[in-house]
Amino acid sequence: MISFEDMSVTYPDETHPALAHVDLKIGEGELALVIGPTGAGKSTLLRSVNGLVPHFSGGRLTGRVLVEGRSTADHRPRDLADVVGFVGQDPDATFVADIVEDELAYSMENLGLPAPAMRRRVEDILDILNLHPLRQRTITSLSGGQRQRVAIGAVLTAAPRLLVLDEPTSSLDPLSSEEVLAALSRLVHDQGVTIMVAEHRLERIVHAADMVVYVPVTGAGVRAGRPAEILATSSVAPPIVRLAQLAQWDPLPLSVRDARRLAPVLRSHLPAQPDAYGHRPTKGPLVASVRRLSARYGKLLALDTVHLELAAGEVTAIMGRNGAGKTTLLRHLVGLRAPQQGTVTVEGRKPSELRPSEAVRIVGLVPQDPASLLSSDTVAGECRDADRDAALASGTTRSTLERLMPDLPDDMHPRDLSEGQRLALALAIVLAPAPPLILLDEPTRGLDYLAKSRLTTILRSLAADGHSIVIATHDVELVADAADRVVVLADGELISDGPTREVVCHSPGLAPQVARILAPAQWLTVAEVASALTP
Amino acid sequence: MSGRFTTLRVAPLHPVAWWLWAILLAAAAARITNPICLLLILAVDGWVVVSRRPDSTWARSFSTLLRLGALVVVIRVVFQALFGVRTPGHTLFSIPSVSLPSWMAGVTLGGPVTADALAGAACQGLRLAAILGCVGAANALVSPFRLLRCVPAGLYEIAVAVTVAVSFTPQVITSLGQVRDARRLRGRAISGVAGIKGMAVPVLEGALERSMALAASMDSRGFGRRAVSIPRQRLSSVATLAGLLGLAVGVYGVLDAGAPFALGLPVVVVGAALVLAGLAASSFGNRSRYRPDRWSGREWVTVAVAAAALAAVVIAGRDNTASLSMPVYPLALPAVPPLALAGLLLAALPSFVAPAPVEGASR
Repeated sequence: MISFEDMSVTYPDETHPALAHVDLKIGEGELALVIGPTGAGKSTLLRSVNGLVPHFSGGRLTGRVLVEGRSTADHRPRDLADVVGFVGQDPDATFVADIVEDELAYSMENLGLPAPAMRRRVEDILDILNLHPLRQRTITSLSGGQRQRVAIGAVLTAAPRLLVLDEPTSSLDPLSSEEVLAALSRLVHDQGVTIMVAEHRLERIVHAADMVVYVPVTGAGVRAGRPAEILATSSVAPPIVRLAQLAQWDPLPLSVRDARRLAPVLRSHLPAQPDAYGHRPTKGPLVASVRRLSARYGKLLALDTVHLELAAGEVTAIMGRNGAGKTTLLRHLVGLRAPQQGTVTVEGRKPSELRPSEAVRIVGLVPQDPASLLSSDTVAGECRDADRDAALASGTTRSTLERLMPDLPDDMHPRDLSEGQRLALALAIVLAPAPPLILLDEPTRGLDYLAKSRLTTILRSLAADGHSIVIATHDVELVADAADRVVVLADGELISDGPTREVVCHSPGLAPQVARILAPAQWLTVAEVASALTP
Repeated sequence: MSGRFTTLRVAPLHPVAWWLWAILLAAAAARITNPICLLLILAVDGWVVVSRRPDSTWARSFSTLLRLGALVVVIRVVFQALFGVRTPGHTLFSIPSVSLPSWMAGVTLGGPVTADALAGAACQGLRLAAILGCVGAANALVSPFRLLRCVPAGLYEIAVAVTVAVSFTPQVITSLGQVRDARRLRGRAISGVAGIKGMAVPVLEGALERSMALAASMDSRGFGRRAVSIPRQRLSSVATLAGLLGLAVGVYGVLDAGAPFALGLPVVVVGAALVLAGLAASSFGNRSRYRPDRWSGREWVTVAVAAAALAAVVIAGRDNTASLSMPVYPLALPAVPPLALAGLLLAALPSFVAPAPVEGASR
């Protein structure tokens, strides 16, 4: 189906290849999961399948990539559109029409299919992806999960034998990603489509994969194999694999179902409940409070009389579906939006009424895309600007950054940093004026497990220093690792608020893998289990 | 499934029909300075837009262009007051006049400002606002994506550039919001000169990146595949380009009385023939159309009523030129031309003839 023969890719103005000597074959009807640390070259690998690399990206590709016998050297992406469907990370950037049905038909129009065939295929795809009720809707009115399914449908109508997806669920809530992943596994099993998909949160998809392709950080030595054998030795592994390694389970289980069958022995070695069970930390002094806050976008009620108090030394996770009001709540807390109804106070002041240079001293937000916060062309320049903006002693931001991520080269362009490094830089800028309240919107998007555990350590130490931290996230594993308290929003209403263990363990959508495997005991993380096993 | 009648699809009006309707109405507006007629045109635009616009982001362009129109009126009036040619009339107030050096003779600055001149300027501004209103109505009624699908295949490269450009504007707006937020989050000024200077580059950068992603997506979805051979494509591009050049030269020849005859009409004919041949050569076996827009009775009615409105205005103007303009010297109340008003009112008919828009956001 696809074969990479000694492929190397070097981007323009780079001395080192992004990928080197890739030899790889993916067979008909397989679901190949591409994993690896951030910045390793997963996207490069995926984009080379349909020729976006090098035809669109520039750079030099040596070796060969063959798709159904066609070489990407002399076939441009458009010439492969009937064989390869490519879905990128951000579906919004790829839509060319405003109505769902027209979007679905676009690639078939380009292929010049006759109208009756197009009608038939659009109907088929509407059924396969369960988009039928949405066919006449404008794309802007759809939710994140629905949009991602439209983006997948839009390439599927061309009936490609191969579907390539680059982190299709990175911005989706747990249930929407289930929705998308279920659609993918239907395509593999019922339609025999070959799928290549990159994903960071392996726990969501690894049980459905036939094959795992591991791309190491240097881009050299890409290897592929059965999921269990690759994961046993890779540096990126979901909690289930780490728990299995801890308990020395063999063969390696990849689904919660398989793991639960092996779990009774492990459970018998563990106490009935973890030590921290039922433990409520003493609350620090109040940092921020939200009272009876309501917000509307046009007719849509985004927040409905929300009450929330945030204390020092506490990490609070805000969870909920896409569009539940998480980002809106953060925007109110940081003062980007003024409350229409209700009040928001941070350290006794109203953030929306403060001048920007005053506001950064009491509350800081790292937005969903940390790169949007960066504007200078070197790391050093970025730190200098931050000192000046907040009127800090020069060097403050740089030393904050040093604490978060040591040895970041001064002269590097922020664009060349890895996702994790960029997040650290943005966090350092927000952190430098030492605001008591720090907000992070979806911080783990695009982060690998290593970067995520580093983030967890940073957040815990900030909380220990007396900051109040709020993270809006879909990532249940991050919540299990880092949060003391979980607040769940649904359609703008605050529906639950309590210690992490109590809120997530009984929820089918929010429970982390370890809790699912070891239920009814409420263990949250592998580390917790490990420390209970070693007295 | 929700009620089976709600999912029945009614084909929306052909995009070209809406644009022809708007262009004909704009052509009528261009012949008028009578404020009664102009306000009627704006009312017709507004009525049709409100009753027939689809639920999409484009639908907002009408109010944007109306605001732009209001700005045009204001600017026109202010300029008349400051720099306008001085004519006798009812003096409202006087601006101290500045004597200009002799090489700027003919330009006046300041002096007495008359009600007559201001009324004339306001009506001229209103004419431009009415034309903008027609363009805004067409923009609101037809998504640019649908219009682009009507472009002949030979011009498709241009269409793609336009698609990317059209989606560039909303992307600039998204990007602008992001950058403003980022500046606020960093504690920087978000207004004033410093604010604008710091924002322009990241805004354009962000919007450009998104446009590149769109272009990549279009390419990987087979955009620009050709069944036609490459030499033939080249030949057709050359023919189209040469034809367009010929057309430009020819039109110049026709309009310029001093140009030799050979440079006029013959060049126009040859140019037009080349363009058509070039388009025809490139459009074989290219693309197909899903649910092609159909031209039926409703489309004819829509175009016909707008043509009738234009005809009524032309005839009313031929019978009595003064009835279509604002009487300024001396200042008087505008006339009420019955034929022109009736014709313009007829142009509101599409709000009943055109199918109602599909509920986009209904859940």
